[in-house]
Amino acid sequence: MSELLNDETKKVLTEPLVENNPITLQVLGICSALAVTSQMSTSLIMALALTMVTACSSAAISAIRNHIPSSIRIIVQMTIIASLVIVVDQLLKAFAYDVSKQLSVFVGLIITNCIVMGRAEAYAMKNPPLESFIDGIGNGLGYSLILIIVATFREIFGSGKLLGIEVLKLTKDGGWYDPNGLMLLPPSAFFIIGLLIWAVREWKPKQREAIEFKIMSISHGEEGGHH
Amino acid sequence: MEAYISLFVKAVFIENLALSFFLGMCTFIAVSKKVSTAMGLGIAVMVVQAITVPANNLVYHTLLKEDALAWLGIKGVDLSFLALLACIGMIAALVQILEMILDKFFPALYQALGIFLPLITVNCAILGGSLFMIERDYNFGESVTYGIGSGLGWALAITVMAGVREKLKYSDIPAALQGLGITFITAGLMSLGFMAFSGIQL
Repeated sequence: MSELLNDETKKVLTEPLVENNPITLQVLGICSALAVTSQMSTSLIMALALTMVTACSSAAISAIRNHIPSSIRIIVQMTIIASLVIVVDQLLKAFAYDVSKQLSVFVGLIITNCIVMGRAEAYAMKNPPLESFIDGIGNGLGYSLILIIVATFREIFGSGKLLGIEVLKLTKDGGWYDPNGLMLLPPSAFFIIGLLIWAVREWKPKQREAIEFKIMSISHGEEGGHH
Repeated sequence: MEAYISLFVKAVFIENLALSFFLGMCTFIAVSKKVSTAMGLGIAVMVVQAITVPANNLVYHTLLKEDALAWLGIKGVDLSFLALLACIGMIAALVQILEMILDKFFPALYQALGIFLPLITVNCAILGGSLFMIERDYNFGESVTYGIGSGLGWALAITVMAGVREKLKYSDIPAALQGLGITFITAGLMSLGFMAFSGIQL
């Protein structure tokens, strides 16, 4: 086990958490991150499903990477990913039917989640299966981290609960907290991720984007100069 | 007829794929820097959506649905679990064919839309449209309407977004919020705007 977790492996596993997070830096896989986060339970299931699919598909694609002709590699990758997603979908329908109903089409949309395709294309096509598997888990965890943070905010402030357990007592049950309905609606997810990106980039200035159009300071003599 | 108009308006505004289901967000954020590019991608999505949703509808109803193979004399077979694989295969194939047709017969159009077509295969809005069609059990007519409507809604959202972002580059944004951060917050405000349609009863 100690040999498995050498420095290189650790880097592959932990780098996607903050340093190279798939959502906040690489802008991948945002669709589902926004849509399923109004409740913690659905977010956890989604995070688990995506991590498993990314890890297994990366390992599988990496194992046959030398046999895939490059002209049809997208179709091959997609078929592998789609088959894994079908397995996850059927498992959810069998063992967690309620959650599967709530996630509706978003489990299926793991197929087109850019994180899965992105890791297959960028990492698994060039590295051996074990490393690819770990890279998949690392990126899945980076995605899960963002999902869990967003879901925590949305569920606590939107319905006063976390995983269905009461945290803030609602006014309608005689408590003090008046739930913020906006948190349960789509726009709040955009705001929370936007603010999260702001916070991460304030902390890690290296991740900031170059400013395309700098606003020049105007000397005092030129009044009415346009901004 | 009324049912179709109602479905169309619902697909364009109330259930906008980009702003209320967050589908196709990756491209929505990445390709919305210029209005002209955004509009090109929007039109390409609309065309592909209008073709793939009805095509997937046909495949689902003639091959995959429970007892759909009855016309072959095979009964009691339910292949609906294959829907995911069939949909994505269908989309990839149709996009490839569309690309070839455009290249051969409409070179000008291919110049304008060609670069977006490979992007579209992995756009969640396209697969999402087909999966919603299956989940809501639309018939063929409804699937045509839904395909065109949802594509139009997505095109509308990305064009408006690009318009806002073109103006946004003149504003003084905190350094850490530049680019991605402010784009998310803008998308959130637009999504709030689109929520206003949700009260409409048709």
